[in-house]
Amino acid sequence: MKDSEANNKILRLYRRAGLGTMPDSKSSLRKAIDQLFKDSEKYNPIQLVSIADDILTPKPIDEVLMMGETAREMSKRERNRMERERVRDLNVAWVDIMAHGKESLREHMSLFWHGHFACRSENPVFVQNYINTIRKNALGNFGEMLMAVSKEAAMLQFLNNQQNRKNSPNENFAREVMELFTLGRGNYTETDVKEAARSFTGWAYNSFGEFEFRKKVHDPGVKSFLSKQGAFDGADIIHILLEQKQTAKYITSKIYRSFVSEKDNQERINQLSEEFFKSGYNIKSLMHRIFMSEWFYEDAAENALIKSPVELMVGIQRNLGAAFNNKQSTLYIQRVLGQELFYPPNVAGWPGGRNWIDSSSLMFRMQLPNLMIGETDVKIKPKESGDVNDKAVKQQDKNTKAEVNWNHWVARFQAVPTEKLPEAVASLLLARQPDADITAIVAKRVSGETDRIRQIRKITLTIMGLPEYQVS
Amino acid sequence: MNRRDFFKHSALATAGTMLIPHFLKAHQYNLSERNGNVLVVIQLSGGNDGLNTVIPYQNDIYYKQRPSLAVEKMKVLSLNDEIGLNPALEALRSLYDDGRVRIINNVGYPNPDRSHFRSMDIWQTGSEANEYLSSGWLGRYLDAACTGCTGTPHKILEIDDTLSLAMKGKNINGLALLDPKKLYNQTRSGMVESLAKTSQASDGHDPVSYLYKTLADTRSSADYLYQKEKIQTSLTEFPNNELGKSLKTISQLITSGIDSTIYYVSLSGFDTHVGQRGQQDRLLRIYSEAVVAFISDLKKQGQLDRTMVLTFSEFGRRVKQNGSGGTDHGTANNLFLIGGPARNSVIYNEAPVLTDLDGGDLRYSIDFRDVYTSLLRDWLDADAKLILGKDFKGLNGLI
Repeated sequence: MKDSEANNKILRLYRRAGLGTMPDSKSSLRKAIDQLFKDSEKYNPIQLVSIADDILTPKPIDEVLMMGETAREMSKRERNRMERERVRDLNVAWVDIMAHGKESLREHMSLFWHGHFACRSENPVFVQNYINTIRKNALGNFGEMLMAVSKEAAMLQFLNNQQNRKNSPNENFAREVMELFTLGRGNYTETDVKEAARSFTGWAYNSFGEFEFRKKVHDPGVKSFLSKQGAFDGADIIHILLEQKQTAKYITSKIYRSFVSEKDNQERINQLSEEFFKSGYNIKSLMHRIFMSEWFYEDAAENALIKSPVELMVGIQRNLGAAFNNKQSTLYIQRVLGQELFYPPNVAGWPGGRNWIDSSSLMFRMQLPNLMIGETDVKIKPKESGDVNDKAVKQQDKNTKAEVNWNHWVARFQAVPTEKLPEAVASLLLARQPDADITAIVAKRVSGETDRIRQIRKITLTIMGLPEYQVS
Repeated sequence: MNRRDFFKHSALATAGTMLIPHFLKAHQYNLSERNGNVLVVIQLSGGNDGLNTVIPYQNDIYYKQRPSLAVEKMKVLSLNDEIGLNPALEALRSLYDDGRVRIINNVGYPNPDRSHFRSMDIWQTGSEANEYLSSGWLGRYLDAACTGCTGTPHKILEIDDTLSLAMKGKNINGLALLDPKKLYNQTRSGMVESLAKTSQASDGHDPVSYLYKTLADTRSSADYLYQKEKIQTSLTEFPNNELGKSLKTISQLITSGIDSTIYYVSLSGFDTHVGQRGQQDRLLRIYSEAVVAFISDLKKQGQLDRTMVLTFSEFGRRVKQNGSGGTDHGTANNLFLIGGPARNSVIYNEAPVLTDLDGGDLRYSIDFRDVYTSLLRDWLDADAKLILGKDFKGLNGLI
């Protein structure tokens, strides 16, 4: 393999599974893959909020009773506002890890799983536990992750399992576990949903956000689920779901569409999912197998994947080693582009792909590199959610500027002659190399600049503003 | 209707449309051959309190449940002997006297969701409460009206910086803009203009070609709107606030004779948990004054008969006020239809029943998708069933 060819493959690997990390030194593809996994071995929990925090602890009951109704309402609302502020802090903290942490594969996978196990909660402790469970298991065992996420307070709350009781079932959780987390639509009956819901009765959480099995409200009777009979509980249902090859297939197809190509390839997916199933749902081996496949690196136009807003924003930071001056401004960008972490549109997650793109989002996405590291300022107002507790974006958060170490970036092009610069920058940053007429547009825009650093800076920003930069 | 009946029913309905030759269908739904009608949607974000908008001023329960929030009987703008409008909507009086206002009570959907984001999604996509769609009802209207057309995002327009889900189709999206000039300048700055002209924009179905095509469509729509709107001046003074400015822009666009059929605009701030009276009154005043300016401008321009304004919110609020002079999230709500040909009755259906609540909330009697069906089928001449994915009957005599 030629050096440049190996390098292109590594860049593709890092774009698609390493949040846009830039390799610092030359290496073989094999080594780069190993390094990617090695860098993600460690898992560090986010520990920003604690149940012991004053704002999160409900006031003692006698104090509450002393308050008038209005004061009680106000204190409830104040707490609610503080909680949302903390959920935003968690968002900012996670984005910071995505942009600057060593574990790029782990965080890229976590972003994928957050969309898969899509969930909202207004309780910051619940959110923190939920996202840590995802980040911890992101490269581990899918079955363990499914079990752990299903027991998270955030998920049980979001899908109303607290209200799922013997003789008064709530099917929401049971249905989504099958429809969205494991089998996919059409692979179970309405009876399966009812019977699974009965089995999940009693799965609940306490005020500390810990899982609790409430025997009193559990339905201990015999259930009939996916051709099996027994006095099942929630864990049994999850085990039976994992025994279905369809679960492996559903997860594998989704991973394939998110990391390889939106165009399904049944043969590859079948083979991968067989192996995934046999491995007992080992996510790490599945991903390793994908990265080791020739086809992962096939550079066909139809295989291009449109970056999600978070991938785009984190990618800009990772590509250039840029850091936000005001970390909170990530919230503004996420809201404008329609991907707010911990606020997925619904339990089905973000629809992704072309759904990210419309006229206004595309123009904002193309301006984003300039807004972050160029001279343009923001004039776009994101939509309000309608919820009075959701504060509008703060004025200072619209300052999206990020600091770049340009000397470090420029050093990558030391040996490149001036006229070859656009091509060299494009080959580092773009998944698809632009047509000649587009390269000519770039060249024209940067002509007239003589200072080399400024030259490279301008070329870089121009290339990052191309539609080609929107895909990985 | 049981499951089997439903299938029988929809099979028949499908057979019905299959009898129409394909070329006729295509013709029927072609935007350039449409009936010329325009729909303007105003979204009140946050859950507008319907009971303090259209007030059951003869109902004791209303006054009992809202001791400090109810609007005094004497102040209500009576519409009939049961209900009347909040005095903050005073500006609308000339319109309903003129037969240009229609109020539909008790609109909602089964298994209502009280979360803002979820209920708004349901209204914007036209889905069931337990169904998740990634396209909006107006976006799918554009899909249906525009199979195979290009350069069309401007045919449904949202006046804002970003595009709502309601305006995103499966194949085509609408266009968001604050005003034609700003959009035009955006597409002139940077590389948009030159990139839109490259060959990338015309060939291929891969993602990058799709991006270039979106860019080219944006640019051609921006040019079209800018050129057309430039020649228009409104004959009316609009209130100097965001909604006033947006409706002024819409009026100019409608008057310019462009082929856009849908306009979308939002007014936010209706999530009134605390101290509702002042806040809601202020918003209703902004709403009514802007709408009145809009309607009278359209009338002067001879455009009112072909323009209908739908106003909705993601949910109504609970009947009983809460402890802080506000109301919490509820369910069924009223809708306003303003404009279009003059009619003889203001109120379409029965007032809310306050004696038969569902856990403190109003029960719905009209599914919002029946309203959508009437608007799509009877006002826009579109295939409502195709767009909503289900056969709703629509509302008799609404349009």
